[in-house]
Amino acid sequence: MVKEKSVLLEIKDLRIEGYSDEEWIEIVHGVNLTLHRGEVMGLIGESGAGKSTIGLAAMGFTRDGCRISGGSVLFDGMDLTTASRAERRALRGSRIAYVAQSAAASFNPAHKLIEQHTESGRLHKISSKSEMEADAIELYRRLRLPNPEEIGFRYPHQVSGGQLQRAMTAMAMSCRPDLIIFDEPTTALDVTTQIEVLAAIRDIVEQFNTAALYITHDLAVVAQMADRIKVLLKGDEVEEAETRKMLADPEEDYTKSLWSVRSFEREQKPPPPASEKPLISVRNVDASYGPVPVLKGVSFDIYRGQTVAVVGESGSGKSTTARCITGLLPPDAGEILYDGHVLPARYQNRSKEQLRQVQMIYQMADTALNPKKTIGEIIGRPLQFYGGLRGAELKTAIDQLLDQIELEPSLYYKRLPSELSGGQKQRVGIARALAAGPTFIICDEVTSALDQLVAEGILRLLDRLQKELDLAYMFITHDLATVRAISDVVVVMKEGEVVEQGPKDVMFKPPHHEYTDLLLSSVPEMDPDWLTHLLEERGVDNVGEAAHDKKT
Amino acid sequence: MVSFAIIYYALLIIACCVAAFYRQRSGLIVLFVLLCISLISGLLGGVDVLINITIGVALLAAAGGISYSFRETLTYILPNEAAKLMRKAPLTAAFGLLVIIAYVIAAVFAPVIAPFGEAQVVGSSFAPPDDVMILGGDQLGRDLFSRLIYGARNTVGIAVLTTVIAFIVGTVAGLVAASMGGWVDQVMGRIVDILMAIPQLIFALLLLTIVGTSVVNLTLVIALLYSPLIFRLVRAVAGNIVVMDYIEAARLRGESTWYLTTKEVLPNITAPLAAEFGLRFCFVFLAISALSFLGLGIQPPTADWGSMVRENASLISFGLLTPLIPAAAIALLTVAVNFVVDWMLHISSGLKE
Amino acid sequence: MGGVLPLVGKRLLLGVGTLFVVSLIIFWAVEALPGDVAQQILGQSATQETVDALREELGLNKSPFTRYFEWLVGAVQGDFGVSLANKRSVTAQIAPRFANTLFLAAYAAVISVPLAIFLGVLTALYRNSVFDRVTNALSLVSISSPEFFLGYVLIAFFAVQSQLFPSISNVTAGMDFDERIYRTTLPAVTLALVVTAYMMRMTRAAIINLLASPYIEMARLKGVPNGRVITHHALPNALAPIINVVALNLAYLITGVVLVEVVFVYPGVGQLLVDSVTKRDFPVVQACCLIFAATFIMFNLIADVGSILSNPRLRHPK
Repeated sequence: MVKEKSVLLEIKDLRIEGYSDEEWIEIVHGVNLTLHRGEVMGLIGESGAGKSTIGLAAMGFTRDGCRISGGSVLFDGMDLTTASRAERRALRGSRIAYVAQSAAASFNPAHKLIEQHTESGRLHKISSKSEMEADAIELYRRLRLPNPEEIGFRYPHQVSGGQLQRAMTAMAMSCRPDLIIFDEPTTALDVTTQIEVLAAIRDIVEQFNTAALYITHDLAVVAQMADRIKVLLKGDEVEEAETRKMLADPEEDYTKSLWSVRSFEREQKPPPPASEKPLISVRNVDASYGPVPVLKGVSFDIYRGQTVAVVGESGSGKSTTARCITGLLPPDAGEILYDGHVLPARYQNRSKEQLRQVQMIYQMADTALNPKKTIGEIIGRPLQFYGGLRGAELKTAIDQLLDQIELEPSLYYKRLPSELSGGQKQRVGIARALAAGPTFIICDEVTSALDQLVAEGILRLLDRLQKELDLAYMFITHDLATVRAISDVVVVMKEGEVVEQGPKDVMFKPPHHEYTDLLLSSVPEMDPDWLTHLLEERGVDNVGEAAHDKKT
Repeated sequence: MVSFAIIYYALLIIACCVAAFYRQRSGLIVLFVLLCISLISGLLGGVDVLINITIGVALLAAAGGISYSFRETLTYILPNEAAKLMRKAPLTAAFGLLVIIAYVIAAVFAPVIAPFGEAQVVGSSFAPPDDVMILGGDQLGRDLFSRLIYGARNTVGIAVLTTVIAFIVGTVAGLVAASMGGWVDQVMGRIVDILMAIPQLIFALLLLTIVGTSVVNLTLVIALLYSPLIFRLVRAVAGNIVVMDYIEAARLRGESTWYLTTKEVLPNITAPLAAEFGLRFCFVFLAISALSFLGLGIQPPTADWGSMVRENASLISFGLLTPLIPAAAIALLTVAVNFVVDWMLHISSGLKE
Repeated sequence: MGGVLPLVGKRLLLGVGTLFVVSLIIFWAVEALPGDVAQQILGQSATQETVDALREELGLNKSPFTRYFEWLVGAVQGDFGVSLANKRSVTAQIAPRFANTLFLAAYAAVISVPLAIFLGVLTALYRNSVFDRVTNALSLVSISSPEFFLGYVLIAFFAVQSQLFPSISNVTAGMDFDERIYRTTLPAVTLALVVTAYMMRMTRAAIINLLASPYIEMARLKGVPNGRVITHHALPNALAPIINVVALNLAYLITGVVLVEVVFVYPGVGQLLVDSVTKRDFPVVQACCLIFAATFIMFNLIADVGSILSNPRLRHPK
């Protein structure tokens, strides 16, 4: 692979302002970026870092309510910030293309895929419609879409998410652009689908020697895709380096902290003695939403002071299992035992004491806290409701809980949830669960909506609380790094069934059940050669959806 | 007259130039459009039209000026939080507030403000305006101005009462449906679908034929017919709240339905409900006025704007505009409420971000 | 098309069902009247014989179920019985007036639908501009004004002051088309003013919502020119919401007709309804209500079916 060294895109001191609350506020503070032909640059940062805004600005585009207030964007010598609309339009689609995060929303539902594919080419008068169609089919084939001859003639809603994302990459390629902006193209996908899309994107970008800006928040993904990585924080550049150097030897503290996120991992606890009764026992549970069966014979045990991680992709029945345990969804068959006693199927029929023992922490802290109540009221309510605490007693108990979740009581007692950051809200959610004085807490994807650093803090907090209070956790997650960090026992679910379960140390070592193997192998690792090795090892047809289909 | 036209055009053109010089694009567009309209209508209708336009613009400017000073005054008087809100309020909202306050004052102090009694015959029928009767007399010789003031009390009062009843019924039903779910929700939804399958005004006419026209019947019938709309809104808004995780958390805690609805759901739907109250008030107000206009609403001799229009409508054919004043009073209040509602919706949507 | 037909069929059935329930309500509402209908109509002074005679005539001696059944069967065949006030056939009274009302509503629709969609799309495209704000304020004023206010203002300016149009729209059967249009213009414009304002605001909201879709941004990022973004990417998807908005507003239009007809003394169903309500002429009121309700339900149905048919996801099932 020969990479030309001429500069394709040069962004200098780019400043972008956003309009909010009747005034313009700068959200990107003078970012510089140089991209050579055929080079892939990864833009990485947490939410609010301005990655997408910069990506769009590289096309000379700003969303409604944003404007470029300074600096320049030189694409092949032309300044897009001063270029006329017609000049910019002539570039878009033909020389700079865009791949959006949600392909399902970004394809027009009213037109067939191939019509949308050929639109840019026809508009920019690059070639005839029939040639474009033939080329589209060729691109679909290269991106390993099933039925390349026929798939383009379907409407977007008739094609699956992973396939749509590849079709969108094909569309971006339709005019053989010099530069493609990938805006979190795999974030919305399951891990096993993601890997396939990643492989396809990397392959095609290499084949056509296209330069790319790859925007993501996932370090492991960007490690596979990019030649260079630029780290952003709140609209400022932190540092930039060649991928391997950046991964091995970051300079800035912020980057180091990002990298170290995955370092937290606690030892697996020794298994409980055989004589101990499980705290929660799920036995042969079947459940369904209306006529659709979602759980089939799910069984597992959770012991006092231990963490059971339930893993699986979306639709595997993880959250449904939690709903059965809490009594929100009465199972069709099977039962839930608490400390050896059967719990009533519906939460309405459970006693206050039974309800108190099982608490939940939710994924979206935003929807888990009543926006009209103060933190004190939110945490105080379970204390009042179960413990009957009043007045000064109640206040002391709330202060204690706030101390436990590391929030200063005098500062936070009177605040509303909207005045807290995402991580702080999640801590309040934890405090509310603790306030009931439970023995068992269900954590439903509690870290997946948080930035990695914050998530790490939450995991450490949960671990500390477990030690102090001898709590049992059921940890629902799709993120294997989280599983590795905190679990004692792992339960793998797929399509409503438990595929495999066992202690963490055993589960992360081969031999695996086939599906566990696929799931584990699909999780990107920080090693930049991981994807290359994996594909060499397994062949392109044994990853992602294809492998999925083979095994079912 | 000719000099008026010359000055008129000259002023407009100068204003255009000033706007262009200071690069006030929107101002320029408005002025230019006004200039074009004036040219065309001036050519067609002569200087009279220009004078009318001038009066219109002057009225608008006066309204703008009053609203501006009202808003600035409020920012000084009000406590911190409210003053902050007021400072960012658009002029239309200030205007709306001002009008609403004026109506409330007129309604509350009607006997003090009005020179004559509600049903008091003062002069001859259809007497022209003079020093005694500022707006002239109606078909029985009662003072139009006094009746207008009393009308604020009757028409607006009944509309507010009706809206409140409709709101209580609709909100309670909506909250019950949202928090109970299941078959209760289904049944209530079906009933509302059926009630809303008949156009409100027509249904009101049917029901009023049956129960007869009286203020009580009118209030109850309109409240009944408008509560389904409120039910739907409450059901939808509360439906969005009920699926929130904090409600699930409260349910799993074992909280009662009463606690759930009053402490967890209700505080979260007050903002959209307040805006809805304004909107629904407008609809109810218009519906009651319409029925009164048709002679089926508020009955004489009670002063009411809808029936006043009906009673004096024949004057219009003689080129008099006095019968339109009560109708304009209706329109003005509705516009004012709408302005305020728009602003409230804007605030509540802004807070969500 | 397999996925659409059952859905449409279901909606149609639902519509028929609703209409049936509505007919029940309209009939039983009168039935629920306290006391004796015949006595009520004739007043307390009537002799027993006349009351009995009227009872016989109205068929009040039969069971209510039989009467409802007869009424419904008659209604389906276009026979609504006899008016209490003038003993004439209700159908004969309503039929010509219904045609007049339809004419007026259609005239108003012809003015307002294209205008509203045009203004709605334009204000959505240039949202927050001066044009948008002025249009918005004007539409708000129009919505806030009672129909009779708008009607009388138009009369004052265009009939009394400038004498361009007649203030009373007395159309008759034999009138030729031009004359009819001339006489119906003021009421039609009055109706159109209100409906256009509603329709425009709803269209604007729908289009703004649509323009915020990621696929519109994608089209722009593909270098598609503005005009084509609208015609090719926005409009095919805007069809569903626009059909919905238009149908819902036409449904509203038939309610507005009542007031406008009274203001302009236009011989339509609305005026007949108001007259009959004053006279408590139940058979006529029932018939008018049923007709209005049926039209209303029909337009709501069209709105539903229209949005099903114009949804590509439903038109091209998996």
